[in-house]
Amino acid sequence: MCLAIPGKIVELLAEDRSLAVVDVLGVRRRVDLGLLQDDPPSTGDWVLIHVGFAMSKIGEADAQQQLRMLTELGENEAAVEEVRGYGLGVLEDTESQAGP
Amino acid sequence: MRYVDEFREPELIARTADEIRRLADPKRHYRFMEVCGGHTHSIYRFGLADLLPSNIELVHGPGCPVCVLPMGRIDDGLSMAEQPGVIFTAFGDMMRVPGTRGSPLEYKARGMDVRIVYSPSDALKLARGNPDKHVMFFAIGFETTAPSTALTLMRAKAQGIRNFSVFCNHVTIIPAIRAILDSPDMRIDAFIGPGHVSTVIGCRPYAWIANNEEKPIVVAGFEPLDVLQSIVMLLRQLKQNQNRVENQYQRAVPWEGNRAALKAMADVFELRPYFEWRGLGFISQSALRIRESYAEWDAERRFSVPGVRVTDPKAAQCGEVLKGVLKPAQCKLFGKECTPDQPVGALMVSSEGSCAAYYNYEHRKRQALTNLSLTA
Repeated sequence: MCLAIPGKIVELLAEDRSLAVVDVLGVRRRVDLGLLQDDPPSTGDWVLIHVGFAMSKIGEADAQQQLRMLTELGENEAAVEEVRGYGLGVLEDTESQAGP
Repeated sequence: MRYVDEFREPELIARTADEIRRLADPKRHYRFMEVCGGHTHSIYRFGLADLLPSNIELVHGPGCPVCVLPMGRIDDGLSMAEQPGVIFTAFGDMMRVPGTRGSPLEYKARGMDVRIVYSPSDALKLARGNPDKHVMFFAIGFETTAPSTALTLMRAKAQGIRNFSVFCNHVTIIPAIRAILDSPDMRIDAFIGPGHVSTVIGCRPYAWIANNEEKPIVVAGFEPLDVLQSIVMLLRQLKQNQNRVENQYQRAVPWEGNRAALKAMADVFELRPYFEWRGLGFISQSALRIRESYAEWDAERRFSVPGVRVTDPKAAQCGEVLKGVLKPAQCKLFGKECTPDQPVGALMVSSEGSCAAYYNYEHRKRQALTNLSLTA
């Protein structure tokens, strides 16, 4: 939870500027940009993500380094699992299948 | 023993480790506290203590949100899961944390509707998709996650989603550091400041540590080189009799923090007069609660909870480990009754907990070495 996940913004969603599609190690999910409204990121920017929210912008080299470190910490799979789990996900279709 | 050539930038690591040895006064014993559990994890994973001279001791701090939550709060949250029509949601870290009558996972096995979410916004989405149920989100974390919970509550209110509530257990890092400095059995020379908490709060809130307590603090990143560089920066300050707040993690931490995140927190939360921390006891103004204007989404106002203080299992010494008075392996239960597979205390559950980090890296390594020497 304390280790942020770096992701690259691949698309800003036109219908709601507070959401963006990010790519994390090949997994694409929607994240919330609402906490970066003072300095909104653009497509191609890298952000650090905590619990589905982009928290800060970082440089690409630093993002790559952070990804390598998550791998070295053995946290990369957990990070991808977390990103995969973001329910804002691909489309509005996930919750009806999510059984207890 | 860890060799520098195992690191990604072995020369830089070696040079930084040399600089640490050069700066450290052999006549002195240094105690540096890494406040954040992410640093604890990194220190054990990379065996960084092996690179330090023996007179530099790293003391693990209280910065693991799962670990500092007292059992009574877990029981309170789980009592909500027992209410009819409630979907209990929490981060995966919470799922194996023991309450008095079991962990959230065990509640799920007993038929309660317990679900892992990865984001508070997912819990809100679940509420939107299940209008006949009530979705409760068990919120934990320091300032890294509190703004996300705040924004989710703002969205719930704006969208008029009323079958959603938050059980707020967000805590703030500064009062915890203050409690440690006030604790008579603690002697800390300097602090390695939390990296990702500081992306939100910035570096200013640490000024009192430097100015009033006269201790250096360096906000640090999580890579081996980051941690070692921050130790160099602390040693330089100590050598020059300085006490300053420095930012080693400038690539992610702006000095002023994230104002939008701070504003979201201030709009939705207010400070509790006091809050109980595992191991540290009651600390005044150390946690957040939901403001009156969001009362409708406050699980503590919607549900009546036992609100009972529960002491930790007697033999477990989580409190002492959490305060840095004991090392994980010095607890009587460590590696025996309490393991990551069968955790007795929360410090063994989370990967950011010092017991789990120590067990997964140090303890296993030492066991392997022992086995080798027995078979040799």
